[in-house]
Amino acid sequence: MNPQALEGVKVVEFGSYAAGPHVGKMLANFGATVVHVESVGRPDGFRLQYPPFKDGRPGINSSGCFALFNDSKLGVTIDLKNAEGIALARELVDWCDIVVENMRPGVMQRLGLGFETLSADHPGLVMLSTCNMGQTGPRADTPGFGSQLTALAGMCGLTGHPAGPPMLLYGPYIDFIASTMGAAAVLAALEKCRSSGEGSYLDVSQYECGLLFLAGPVLAYHDKGEVAKRAGNSDPGASPHGVWPCRGGGWIALSCWSADEFERLCAVIGRPDLGRDGALSGMAGRRAAAERISDAIGDWAGELDAASAAEGLQRAHIHAHAVSTVADLFCDPQLEGRGQWQRRPHAVFGDVACALPAFALSDTPGEVTTAAPLLGEHNQRVFGELLGIDPQRLSQLQAHGALD
Amino acid sequence: MLAGLYVVDCTQRLGWLTGRLLADMGANVVKVEAPGADLSSSEWQALNINKQLLRLELESRTAAAALDSLVSTADFLIATPRAGRDDDALFDFDRLHSINPRLIVVAITPFGLTGPKSKWRVSDLEIMAAAGAMSLAGEPGGEPMRVSAPQSSAWAGAQAAVGATMALAARARIGRGQLVDVSAQAAVITALAHAPAFVDIAGTTPTRAGAFITGRSVAGAKYRVFWPCLDGHINFILYGGAAGRRTNEQLVAWMREEGVDAGPLAAVDWSSFDPTQASQAEVDAMEAPIARFLARMRKREFLEAAHRREMLGYPVSSVQDIATDPQLQARAFWQDVTAPDGRTQRHCGAFYIRDGLRPALKVPTPPQVAPASPETEREPASA
Repeated sequence: MNPQALEGVKVVEFGSYAAGPHVGKMLANFGATVVHVESVGRPDGFRLQYPPFKDGRPGINSSGCFALFNDSKLGVTIDLKNAEGIALARELVDWCDIVVENMRPGVMQRLGLGFETLSADHPGLVMLSTCNMGQTGPRADTPGFGSQLTALAGMCGLTGHPAGPPMLLYGPYIDFIASTMGAAAVLAALEKCRSSGEGSYLDVSQYECGLLFLAGPVLAYHDKGEVAKRAGNSDPGASPHGVWPCRGGGWIALSCWSADEFERLCAVIGRPDLGRDGALSGMAGRRAAAERISDAIGDWAGELDAASAAEGLQRAHIHAHAVSTVADLFCDPQLEGRGQWQRRPHAVFGDVACALPAFALSDTPGEVTTAAPLLGEHNQRVFGELLGIDPQRLSQLQAHGALD
Repeated sequence: MLAGLYVVDCTQRLGWLTGRLLADMGANVVKVEAPGADLSSSEWQALNINKQLLRLELESRTAAAALDSLVSTADFLIATPRAGRDDDALFDFDRLHSINPRLIVVAITPFGLTGPKSKWRVSDLEIMAAAGAMSLAGEPGGEPMRVSAPQSSAWAGAQAAVGATMALAARARIGRGQLVDVSAQAAVITALAHAPAFVDIAGTTPTRAGAFITGRSVAGAKYRVFWPCLDGHINFILYGGAAGRRTNEQLVAWMREEGVDAGPLAAVDWSSFDPTQASQAEVDAMEAPIARFLARMRKREFLEAAHRREMLGYPVSSVQDIATDPQLQARAFWQDVTAPDGRTQRHCGAFYIRDGLRPALKVPTPPQVAPASPETEREPASA
């Protein structure tokens, strides 16, 4: 059997919420030993601040948010306001290869855990700092939530009908862009270290990462002065292009990118007359008749459930899929085949669904090893077994509040 | 960081970002495009900067031989095999692996290479629908929405970059390359944040909230998120907790300084304000003066003052606002690149700063027109 891609790689996370922990989760799913550091006084904000909770009751180990981004990790508590706690954190960093943190800029330095300090005796250290605006610049110190940053980075303004207000995207959308790119950067830095012995300090701004997702529209502005606008569900390259309500409350999404595809659509929806109408063979003609075409699709779609509509359209080689609800993702045979959700036992939930990343490796497949840790669940294992701290000193650390 | 690594990028749009990210991290990326392919779109140019262009026909009978030659010394091949074409044979992993056992093949497709939907025809709209993202955007009860600027290719491209570098880490251990099978549908699920946990743990299905936040008040009150202002909209929410307290106190102070009547806001004790307990009538009464105050403001004015006052909230930016944001200029995010034809373009720079420096984008060179020996295409990478 092959070793995992990151077997033997050690990661310490001084992270909370989504942006830091999602990086560590992806590394953990491919074999890295990832230690998530919290404190009893300041646990990860995802543990208590956001639903859902087991049975609707907030509890330190009953958060669904925390469970989703911390599977396959070890959980420890260290009080970073305690001098012995800081010393312990330093020992943990000396043990690891990679540090991930998503505190506000300057906090790690104030704690004595800045990159310069940590790397002084650890030249191969890779450290990722990720936050709203990046570590520098006039607004570096801005506190902020990803849900609002998604508006600053342009995505909300580009969602919705042209005449209506901008629309929210779910949760801290942009955080996951930065955590995904951040994970790639950490792995590239690991390769750099492997080939040269050099460490890296990576400053990743969630705002800037988000802009790479709008790189085309941003360049169109710089180049031609074009200001992208929200356009509902329309697209300049296809017509029709949108969603239609189906029987039973679902919706079908479909699009036609050529005259032939439109003709096939018309046959499927029982309106071959539209397909034969020469005025509708071009995109401009179909746009001009958008309402008539939309009504025809709507009449057809309203009689079918969304999944059947999608299957019928796909049989005719037409771009289509039902608009899946989040619940649908748990019974989609395609996702099931890829092992999207992995259930693992958990002391509070009984068992809990954990997600695998969106890429499958043929020879070193990822895995969810365990559900997310309880608060401080692995103090003994990490400090005693991995760091080799003897029981007497561990008791002292405990007594002095370093593990609070 | 990936200097010395050689990437052959044969992607359609679904995979453009992957090669861009690998190039930004220092790899030497050769972008293969058919002779005559139109590369003038902003999207193509933005996501294929930092790569070397190679004009090569990959749909001819000799395509496989040409590709085999190209990848014989490569570290990565990135491809977006399309259903209903000969792509499965062209990008066949077993053949490529027999030519170059160290080659990592990254295949980016809408649903993954296998499974009941692997041959389905979809575009960005249908991928966003299939991943649940559209069910979470739009007006409550209204039509599900996608982001007008396609996002699924970016999610797939970014996840593929993680997959590619993960396979690189594996190669150091097992001594050979492997197949990285990326699903755009699964990649977009990353964007749903914690929504899946509601289904699994609470047995409820999250839905779209439009321009308001719902589900925060036990009385069922909804809170406004987007507020019209002089030149667009502002994202501002009446939060509770410590962060909300600071923000709300500062808002009232700001209104006072500007001589604006804060109405019922003036009497609220923000240290004990609990958004979960407010009725809709109370929320409406509190929000009315905020609406009046923000309506007379410009987005940039709000951004600067909110930062100064340590308030939560951001303007809803257009690309024009983004292009002139001083924060991005201060961090040298924009990079001006001069093309072989002498034209200068302003691009998004690399997505990270390493050891205090943002890696520079490479200046494009004139396209190669034939599959020259890959050895001669290697050039020193800068990051």
